[in-house]
Amino acid sequence: MASVIGRFDHPAALIAAAREAHAQGYRGLDAYTPFPLEELTEAIGFHERRIPVIALIAGIVGAGFTFWLQWYSAHLYPFVVGGKPLGSWPAFMLATVAVCILAAVLAAFVAMLAGNRLPQPYHPAFDWPAFDRASSDGFFLLIDDPEIGDARAFLEARAREVQELPP
Amino acid sequence: MADPPLIPANLTHAGLTQRLAGLVIEDRSPRSWLMALAIATVLTLIFLASVWVLFSAGVGIYGLNVPVAWGFPIVNTIWWIGIAHAGTLISAVLLLTRQDWRASINRFAEAMAMFAIVCAGLYPIIHLGRPEFFYYLLPYPNTMDLWPQWRSPLVWDFFAIGTYVVFTASFLYMSVLPDLASLRDRARSRAGQLFYGVLALGWRNSAKHWARYERATGVLAAAAAPVVVLVTGIISLDLAISVVPGFHFTIFPPYFVAGALFSGFSTVALLAIVFRAMFGLHDLVTTRHLDYLGRMMLLFGLIVAYAYTQEIFVAWYSGDPYYRYLYFDNRMTGPYAPFWWAMIFCNVVLLQLLWSRRVRTSAPALLLLAITSNIGMWLERFQIVFTSTYADFVPSAFDTNWPTAWDWATYLGSIGLFALLLLLFIRVAPMISLHDMRALIHKRSSGDG
Repeated sequence: MASVIGRFDHPAALIAAAREAHAQGYRGLDAYTPFPLEELTEAIGFHERRIPVIALIAGIVGAGFTFWLQWYSAHLYPFVVGGKPLGSWPAFMLATVAVCILAAVLAAFVAMLAGNRLPQPYHPAFDWPAFDRASSDGFFLLIDDPEIGDARAFLEARAREVQELPP
Repeated sequence: MADPPLIPANLTHAGLTQRLAGLVIEDRSPRSWLMALAIATVLTLIFLASVWVLFSAGVGIYGLNVPVAWGFPIVNTIWWIGIAHAGTLISAVLLLTRQDWRASINRFAEAMAMFAIVCAGLYPIIHLGRPEFFYYLLPYPNTMDLWPQWRSPLVWDFFAIGTYVVFTASFLYMSVLPDLASLRDRARSRAGQLFYGVLALGWRNSAKHWARYERATGVLAAAAAPVVVLVTGIISLDLAISVVPGFHFTIFPPYFVAGALFSGFSTVALLAIVFRAMFGLHDLVTTRHLDYLGRMMLLFGLIVAYAYTQEIFVAWYSGDPYYRYLYFDNRMTGPYAPFWWAMIFCNVVLLQLLWSRRVRTSAPALLLLAITSNIGMWLERFQIVFTSTYADFVPSAFDTNWPTAWDWATYLGSIGLFALLLLLFIRVAPMISLHDMRALIHKRSSGDG
C-alpha cells in the first residue's frame, strides 16, 4: 500500500492539517518533527500509556526476584556473621532496590525501542531527499491510505511540497 | 536588570542544526582541543602503565597498610561517583521540573556522568588485589557452591555501581539517539553515513517515536533521583556501618549525597566554561547558565558545610573519647591536619565568594572556584578515609599511610582517562542537545518562553 507525505514549514500548520486529516477520517497517519510536540501526537490520534506500566511491572519482578535470590542463597549457604539471622532482610533491601530500578529502567528503554520497531534501518520516506529536514527544520505529515488520490489532493492543498512514497 | 535570554533571539531551527551538527561533522578540530587531547592521552597512558605495574606487582605499590587499607583507590572511587551524580541530577531533576536552562548543559552533564562512573568503577577493581576474581561478587550458580555475602557493603557496592553504569549509559544513549539521526541526515562521507546510520537505529522523528521516547525518558528521569540517593548512600554505608570513629555516623548518606552534588555541579560548570571557550558557544551557554550553576554549587556547598559542623558537634556531644580524639587531636592537629584545613578553606571559606553575582557570572572566577571545590571535595574524601582509620582505638596499631608515586600516577591518570573520553565524545556527538534546544526555540516562538 502506497502512502503520501507532505512537508510543512511550521509546526502550527502541521498540527492543524493533522487534526483536519484525522477529522476527515484518514487513518494510518504519522507525522515527523525535529522535536516532540504533544499536541501533534493527540492530533493524529495516538496515545502511549504502556511504557510506565511495563516499567512498573519489570521493577516489581526485578525486586521480587532479587529479594528471593538473597533469601534463598543465604539459607542455601548458611554463613552466620555477628549472630545475625540468616534471613536478615534489612541488609537485603539494598540490592533489592538497586535491581528494582535497574529492571524498570531497562524495561522502559527496551519498550521504547521495541514499540518504535527500532532498529529499522530502512523506511520509504528516507528515499525522499527533503525528508532529511525532519531532523532539522521540516514538519511532515504522512497519510497511508488506500484512497491515495484523495490523500494526495488533501496534502497538496495544504503542504509546501508533497511526495508519493513506494510501498 | 532583566535577565539576558537563555538562547539568542535570532536562533532558528535550521541555524542551530547547521551550527551544532557542523561542529561534529564538518569543522576541523580547534587547536585547543588537539592540545587538550594530547595531554589527556599522555595521562591516560600513565594510567595504563600504572595499572600494568599494579597488576604485575600487586597492591603493594600503593601506600596501603593495615590500619589504612583503603587508601587512594577508595578515596578516588567516592570522588568520581560524586562527580557523576550531578550529571544525573541535572539531566533528570531539571527535566522533571521543566527548567529551561537545562537544555544547553544537559549533554555535558550526561557525558560527564558516564565517564566519571567509568573511572569510579575501575578503582574498586584495581584495589581488589586479585582483580581477576571480581566476578565472585555476582550471584551466579557455580561449581564452588559459593554465594555472595549479602550483608557485606562490598556486595551492595557492586549492585549500586553496576545499576548506575547501566542507568547512565541508557540515559546518555536515549538523549543522544535523536541527535545521531540528525547527524546521519547531514553526514556527507560514506563512513559517516554508515556510522551514524547504525548508531541512530533508523530513528525517523515520527510523532509516535517521540511519544514513546518522552514516556521512556520520563521513567528514566523519575528513576534518577532514587538512583543518586541509592548509589552514594550505599557508598557511604561502606563506612557508616563499621564501628570506626569518623566512619560511624548516621548523617553519612545525606552528607555524601550533598557532597557528591557539590563536586558534580562544580565539574559541570568547569566543563561548560572550558568547552564554550574551546568551541565559541558563548551565546548558547550564557552567563545566566553559569549564574545558575554557581547557585547550585553554593546551595550544596552550604549543606556540606553544615554537615561538617554537625559531625564535629556530634563528636563532641557524644562524650566518646575516641570520637573527641579523632576530631580535636587528630583531624585538626594530627599529621593529616593540613589536608583538613585545606578542605575547610576550599569548601567553606572560598565557597562564600559565590554569594556574589559578579563572581557567579564571571567565567574565570567560576572556573577557579569549580577547581578548588573539586580539590576540596577530594580532600574531604581523603580525610574521611585516612584520618578515621590511621589512629582508631589502640595506639600500638596506629600507623600513617603516605601515598606513593604510583598512587598519584593512577589518580592523575584517571583524570586523563576521563578527559580523553569526554574530548572524543564531543567530537562524535553534538555537545549540546539538538532536540532539547529545538524544543526551547519552539517554546520561545510560541510565546511562553
